[in-house]
Amino acid sequence: MTNLEKYNQAFCETFQLENPDFDALQYMGIEQWDSVGHMSLVAALEDAFDIMMDTDDIIDFSSYAKGKEILKKYEVEI
Amino acid sequence: MDNFFWNNLAQFQDSVALMEESKEITYAQLDKMAREISSHMKERSLVFCICKNTIGAVAGYVGFLQKRIVPVMLSHTIDRTLYENLVNIYKPQFIWCPNDFADNLPLYEKENYKLIETGTQEPAMDEELAVMLTTSGSTGSPKFVRQTYINIQSNTEAIVEYLGIIPEDRAITTLPMNYTYGLSIVQSHLMAGARLVLTEKSFFDRGFWDFFKESQATTFGAVPYTYQMLDKLRFLQMDLPSLRYITQAGGRLGEELHYKFGLGMRQKGKALVVMYGATEATARMSYVPADKAVEKAGSIGIAIPGGHFELIDVDGSVIHEPDQVGELVYYGPNVTLGYAESREDLNKGDERKGRLETGDMAKRDKDGFYYVVGRKKRFLKIYGNRVNLVEVEDLFSKEGFETACVGEDDHMLIYTTSNESDKLVEFISSKTGLNRTAFSVKHIDEIPHNESGKVLYSQLPVN
Repeated sequence: MTNLEKYNQAFCETFQLENPDFDALQYMGIEQWDSVGHMSLVAALEDAFDIMMDTDDIIDFSSYAKGKEILKKYEVEI
Repeated sequence: MDNFFWNNLAQFQDSVALMEESKEITYAQLDKMAREISSHMKERSLVFCICKNTIGAVAGYVGFLQKRIVPVMLSHTIDRTLYENLVNIYKPQFIWCPNDFADNLPLYEKENYKLIETGTQEPAMDEELAVMLTTSGSTGSPKFVRQTYINIQSNTEAIVEYLGIIPEDRAITTLPMNYTYGLSIVQSHLMAGARLVLTEKSFFDRGFWDFFKESQATTFGAVPYTYQMLDKLRFLQMDLPSLRYITQAGGRLGEELHYKFGLGMRQKGKALVVMYGATEATARMSYVPADKAVEKAGSIGIAIPGGHFELIDVDGSVIHEPDQVGELVYYGPNVTLGYAESREDLNKGDERKGRLETGDMAKRDKDGFYYVVGRKKRFLKIYGNRVNLVEVEDLFSKEGFETACVGEDDHMLIYTTSNESDKLVEFISSKTGLNRTAFSVKHIDEIPHNESGKVLYSQLPVN
């Protein structure tokens, strides 16, 4: 699986979405992506890429697009 | 009585009582605002108080207590069908809500809140009844706990005493005011003449931490699930110089996190106070003193000032020896009157007489510290909310789904004969307002029943 596929899968599985408009996904933008959903998403991404995200990055992870930039810091190119 | 704290708030004069991101209100101003709000209603009116962590909500609540108006505390995010149902059942005379909550023309407006008069008559209400709070509000049942003025005053006094809340404290809101734990933080800080820092933001918002630093918050409360969030955010590594201590309630934190946060806070010269309680006991029943947070990790501590526990064995006798498991029973002036499930119930008297069977199974160690080891009743704590599994099964049943619900805290497992698992999750998530990740569904061909039709939970397949 490519990194993009893994990244997309984390969103789909965490939020139980089928073929969403990925670029439109943002924190508090859909019902499922609330603070509880956010924690599950971070856990799913940390598992998928075997990383540990910093506090600031977890807080700044406010959208699908922003997340791609953040993961670069952890040498995950999407 | 004159010595109820809500009648004496003006004594703190120019100290700041409430703080929003761009506004501060002193105690004198809060007292005046509260009296102005309540002046539009008669004593012993019934009002739905739609809560949001804002100046308008707190001032309204204080005004209701002062004028002996009874508020039913509800969330501003309440499911609309449930809300309409509650309006039909309780027929409140007034709604005090955020301006954008309803379109109705207001009788009066203040601080982005408005008062709507519904035109119903005042109900017959017990003289002692002060406030109505949900227990399992999340399943949308019309069941409320009836709390009295003495309940609130006595529990708030106990909390101020054992936490040692001082006027210099600044509590930042992390819980809703319609939730007993959130409300107890509001009440205890007002009694102490301390400051409430009001926000609706969560730990995952940068704005929350910015406001935390700007307001120099000294304390907050969190439930087990939010402790997991704080752990994920490496909270113990954050630099928060103003922070003095944090509290925990709303379910079992677990020994590991209790120990980790207890030790971590102590090493920073700060404290963690783990507490235990229930809406039926106003808010708090016990606490683990901060200096025992590490040594007694996993415990619910000792009874609060003015209260005490008993453990009752299966024969109904009191257990005196240490390390024996029995049902935990609490006695104290904060034990509430009982429940209300209809408008008529508002007139019911005291059904508990100061004694509360908690439904938790517990044991006591040789030092007198209590430990919850299990539950007598079928409910889960999900994100700090008590969710009654019987009520959830009833909700499903009304929708035409046959289910048997089990699980552990923060995770409900729904066995069903239906093939529409997505629909079930969507339904229960919207009814309870709890994130979908709290629920998983397992399809089975048949729910096992005994001859009298009772579900045999022990015969459900292991997931």
